[in-house]
Amino acid sequence: MATPKIIVVGGGLAGLAAVIKIAEMGANVDLFSIVPVKRSHSVCAQGGINAAKNLKGEGDSTWKHFDDTVYGGDFLGNQPPIKDMCEAAPGIIDLLDRMGVPFNRTPEGLLDFRRFGGTLYNRTAFAGATTGQQLLYALDEQVRRYESEGKVKKYEHWEFLSAVLDGNRVCRGICAMDLRSMEVRTFPADAIIIATGGNGAIFGKSTNSVVCTGSAQSALYQQGAFYANGEFIQVHPTCIPGEDKLRLMSESARGEGGRVWVPKKTGDNRDPKAIPEKERWYFLEEWYPKYGNLVPRDIATRAIFKVVFEHNLGIDGKPMVYLDLTHIDRKLLDKKLEGILEIYEKFVGDDPRDTPMKIFPGMHYTMGGLWVDFHQQTNIPGVFAAGECEYQYHGANRLGANSLVSCIYGGGIAGPNAVKYARGLQALADGNGCFDAEKKRQEESNSLLMNNQGTENPVKLWREMGELMTKDCTVIRYNKALQQTDAKLVEMLERYRKINLSDRTMWANTTVVFARQLYNMLQLARVIAQGAGMRDESRGAHYKPDFPERDDKNWLKTTKAYFAPDADEPKFEFEPVDTSLIPPRPRKY
Amino acid sequence: MAEKSVILKIKRQNTPASKSYWEEFSVPYRPNMNVISALMDIAAEPLTRDGKATTPITYDSNCLEEVCGSCAMLINGRARMACSALIDHLEQPIRLEPFSKFPVVRDLATDRNVIFENLKAVKAWVPIDGTYDLGPGPRMSAEEQEVAYPISRCISCCCCMEACPQFNESTGFVGAATIAQVRLFNTHPTGKALERERLAALMGDGGIQECGYAQNCVEVCPKDIPLTRSISEVGGQVMKQALGDLLRR
Repeated sequence: MATPKIIVVGGGLAGLAAVIKIAEMGANVDLFSIVPVKRSHSVCAQGGINAAKNLKGEGDSTWKHFDDTVYGGDFLGNQPPIKDMCEAAPGIIDLLDRMGVPFNRTPEGLLDFRRFGGTLYNRTAFAGATTGQQLLYALDEQVRRYESEGKVKKYEHWEFLSAVLDGNRVCRGICAMDLRSMEVRTFPADAIIIATGGNGAIFGKSTNSVVCTGSAQSALYQQGAFYANGEFIQVHPTCIPGEDKLRLMSESARGEGGRVWVPKKTGDNRDPKAIPEKERWYFLEEWYPKYGNLVPRDIATRAIFKVVFEHNLGIDGKPMVYLDLTHIDRKLLDKKLEGILEIYEKFVGDDPRDTPMKIFPGMHYTMGGLWVDFHQQTNIPGVFAAGECEYQYHGANRLGANSLVSCIYGGGIAGPNAVKYARGLQALADGNGCFDAEKKRQEESNSLLMNNQGTENPVKLWREMGELMTKDCTVIRYNKALQQTDAKLVEMLERYRKINLSDRTMWANTTVVFARQLYNMLQLARVIAQGAGMRDESRGAHYKPDFPERDDKNWLKTTKAYFAPDADEPKFEFEPVDTSLIPPRPRKY
Repeated sequence: MAEKSVILKIKRQNTPASKSYWEEFSVPYRPNMNVISALMDIAAEPLTRDGKATTPITYDSNCLEEVCGSCAMLINGRARMACSALIDHLEQPIRLEPFSKFPVVRDLATDRNVIFENLKAVKAWVPIDGTYDLGPGPRMSAEEQEVAYPISRCISCCCCMEACPQFNESTGFVGAATIAQVRLFNTHPTGKALERERLAALMGDGGIQECGYAQNCVEVCPKDIPLTRSISEVGGQVMKQALGDLLRR
């Protein structure tokens, strides 16, 4: 048969890893991305990438990495693929090393490793505090090499709108929009790989990049793909609050010895450095003596919430706590953390080498995502998914520095699996009708938006949705509030029909693009809110004070949402979790 | 007391071929604002300062942490990233313009694809054999890493090219960012294999010889990349190779 043609959507780590594997196998690959791929959100990852290389004589092993990951995810992850990922991780580090990633080195010239949350081992390889940037660049360079050899074709500044499905609901390509000419076009492919990242924008302000709207995942969910574990949203304990976004302050700050504290007395507004040791409360170290500041993110986040909202000990009465690095040698800080210290300096104006940083938790990572099988394929034949946009590797809570490895691993197996699938694919029997139909559907939705004469501004509606979701759908969840959230989302979808685009031109119109994303965000927000409402237990990042314990009897299962077009809302089914390798045990740090 | 506001003067252009024009905006001031948050406010309330309805501003942005390289523009005449441009540190009215040496797509968004083409031309990659498991990479000292890492932080924002007097149509100069990447890959033990090809790509018109040592590049680089040092080092390598080629002829 002819050489298979694969389309990869998204040029972050997962997408690029898939592209490289496909090109290496000699198949044709088209790469679609909203931004030039070198500007993808993976660049924001800071602290490092996990792999049990055991280069510090600690007796670390891939099994321990696997156990930490499963335990950190509160046993919600299917275990076989997690085990495979942890076993592949050391090889992935070697590969990145060969590609020229400037990982920090030991005096002997070997890779250096540091500690991260949720483990007692030094298992995290790092390139300063911009590891994601360095990894993305390494893959970007390899893809550029294939591009110059004509094996990869890039479509940058294109946005995925939907999959093209034939009469048997088998994927035959994609429908996408040129973000400059606004042209809607279909592209045939034997299989597609979705690698479109997380959905932080649903929460308004998050640590995610502007493109992380979850729009592509939502479009596929509305076309029949399962969306799994949507209710599991990671709120990172240490972010810098900002007007436009929340900026991440990497866990590596704590990995290198950073300490979290508040003044012991409410209203103590002295300069932090004037507060003596014995008047500071290092609450994480007190509550979790074994892991201290390096408890997993869900636990650190809830502890900060408790200190701020129950003990009323936020700095200056505001929702903020100190993250303190000032006791660490400046030279060491520069060598290992410069990238993140620079962010704090540039965006806040204080030097964290001299002044404790003020931080607060913020929406950071989407554990849930498109449901995939162990071959990274969704329930729509020919649609694969990899990276943050799928649900497979992190269970109910992701450990720090596991995201980069899951992206590269997931992309690395999605690529070959998509090629394999494509080689066995039957040719399209019923002509090209499905392409024309999908193009028409998307063009109509554009023209509907363009001609709408309403009063709702998309940016304002989005900000409202973000505040609502952050308030009721993140750290602490109550059923009543979740029900109200869903009702408000329905109201917003109603208001969306009265949307008014302030720009109706047909060139580089960012307003119409954003309005389309907003619709998909609203639909996906309902999956998150309803999924959270249903799960009456507390597990990993999902915490309900009214159901404070994990309930394995009723809830050791994957949530699978699917879209019911007639009702225009999500429906749910549940699937048992594969715990065949490590029996679930209580999670106590 | 009247609420404090932020005044912006924005140079707009509807299409690559159309004429540019200026519009003035006023958005409510909040502490810690950056240029991006002001642009978001305009999108939420697309009115000019005198209350005339207009379109939201088109601009490139993504990470908003100065690591993706998207939101480069001229802010009060200086090439820089809009996300890290804090309103409190800017003189008002704040003038926003698209880069002047790159084709305007619309408003503040420009087409900077040339940098990626340049990176292709100089083969800015390590030529590995394949992605299968071949064991660890070459051993490198901490000192070597400390030289490579700062150069590897280049975000391809193109500020150095915009600020460079030599970067223009008549010279076709490749620009500082690409030259620094040549240095990076020529330093790498495996990357070195392509050293000759990389240096050859920097010879002749538009190559490294176009550099006029104005040093604007290091001044505007948001990542403090040692650009001029890289240019002089790579300049030496190019010279040596050119001389060698000449003698071998």
